[in-house]
Amino acid sequence: MAAGETRQAIEAVFRIERARLIGGLVRILRDVDQAEELAQDALVVALAEWPETGVPANPGAWLMTVARRRAIDALRRDRMRARKHEQIARDMDAEAGFAEETDPAAGGDPGDELLGLIFAACHPVLSADVRAALTLRVVGGLTTEEIARAFLASEPTIAQRIVRAKKTIARAGLGFEVPRGAARAARLASVLEVIYLIFNEGYAATAGEDLVRPDLCLEAQRLGRILAGLMPDEAEVLGLLALMEIQASRLAARVGPDGALLTLTEQNRARWDQLMIRRGLDALARAEALGGDGPYVLQAALAACHARARSPGDTDWPRIAALYDRLRVVMPSPVVDLNRAVAHSMAFGPETGLRLIDAIAGADALQGYAPLPAARGDCLFRAGRRAEARAQFEAAARLSRNARERAFLLARAEACD
Amino acid sequence: MRVMVLVKATDDSEAGMRADPETTAMFEAMGRFNEELVKAGVMLAGDGLKPSSHGKRVAFDGPGRRVIDGPFAETRELVAGYWLWEVKDMEEALAWAKRCPNPMPGPSELEIRPLYEMADFQEILTPEVKEIHERTREKLAGS
Repeated sequence: MAAGETRQAIEAVFRIERARLIGGLVRILRDVDQAEELAQDALVVALAEWPETGVPANPGAWLMTVARRRAIDALRRDRMRARKHEQIARDMDAEAGFAEETDPAAGGDPGDELLGLIFAACHPVLSADVRAALTLRVVGGLTTEEIARAFLASEPTIAQRIVRAKKTIARAGLGFEVPRGAARAARLASVLEVIYLIFNEGYAATAGEDLVRPDLCLEAQRLGRILAGLMPDEAEVLGLLALMEIQASRLAARVGPDGALLTLTEQNRARWDQLMIRRGLDALARAEALGGDGPYVLQAALAACHARARSPGDTDWPRIAALYDRLRVVMPSPVVDLNRAVAHSMAFGPETGLRLIDAIAGADALQGYAPLPAARGDCLFRAGRRAEARAQFEAAARLSRNARERAFLLARAEACD
Repeated sequence: MRVMVLVKATDDSEAGMRADPETTAMFEAMGRFNEELVKAGVMLAGDGLKPSSHGKRVAFDGPGRRVIDGPFAETRELVAGYWLWEVKDMEEALAWAKRCPNPMPGPSELEIRPLYEMADFQEILTPEVKEIHERTREKLAGS
């Protein structure tokens, strides 16, 4: 490769390698903070050398060699870490050499170290918020400033959150290996939760002026794609990826010209991103072929039913109803039950819906929950019981905290006359 | 951002696929590169195109439509394959493109073209055009 590489070009190469580099270093150092620092040091060396020599043929291996040498120097200097040092020396003796080790053809799984890092950053010992910030930092490579902007928090708050997370990991003495056996499923659930939290922070935008922050969705999708590449046989990983791709396909259609969110029925389906839908359906098909029927696979299957419908009238409601029947088993929640009742009412008529709604109306979580009377009002309206429907829409409007939703419910109440 | 990476055609790609060890080796290297792209979460789609002798062109002139059969001249301007990548910026796209194995037996080129995104249209759309889009939306929603 030609010499004379610019700083920007070198930094771009570094960004591609960074997470894997940190993943490899953290296994030596058992310290995320130090691993991040040494990875950065390797970049400084590259910035000094590559403009002369050009980018090496295997930049990842080059950076790892430099960083690893420094890691071992750092350990040597630190007498307090003498014990760990011996361990490293042993590990290194056992290895045939750098080149072989970083060569994918040499038999080792080069993605394993990255996967180990993802699992550590998403460890349940950390709270979900903290996991999200740390994952975006060490795996996603976002700056503290970018994360702060994404979560509408101040930079010092996020910086502190990340520092604390790294200390918690060090104190807990966490390993950076990919968990095996029984622990794996629980740890994986924690990883998926973090990625979906990041996605939803962009998709649902719980706070701030923008209702949608697509950058955060993109970052979550990228993490989901990386994870699916590293764990191609995990149905729930593919399920989450499918769910995110299909939901993201609606990003451009979801916000009206006045900035308000549009419901599925209101969206212009011509603006749905067909590439994302296709990718989502592909991932879902792979998940289903693996026999997946976990919460993410089922939610993706639900999203897919809407994605396949060219117009709201084409929606396959019996299939959606059947999927909710399964979802409430693996993900029991009153809100899932309510959605299931709505799906059944669309598939099998308003009386079926009313019967299911009555059966769950006593649940604590649904008290004061506007969608409950709104769903009941819709069933009553379709059953021709207009006066009762009106009372339900009015009750729902009183409970709604969203002005636009309230106006919609009041309009439906009016239409009952 | 999304970029389309175009593999520019050469005399070799226009001659069609050859069953020789060199081609097999290229496919193997390309397969590994694609795998790396997928694992990095970068690759959204990609395909190879048959030579332009399999292609057609439709030429527009006012109301006129004329079909032109391939193969087409000016080989260097033709496309032999493409990827869609999701990357942070052009520098990242360049870094990946440089890692690509040479897709052709001889000298060849990749061309990287960013896709228009919603934000780009926001600046172009006049209030009148926005209103047209809005009307379409309402009609579709009401149907």
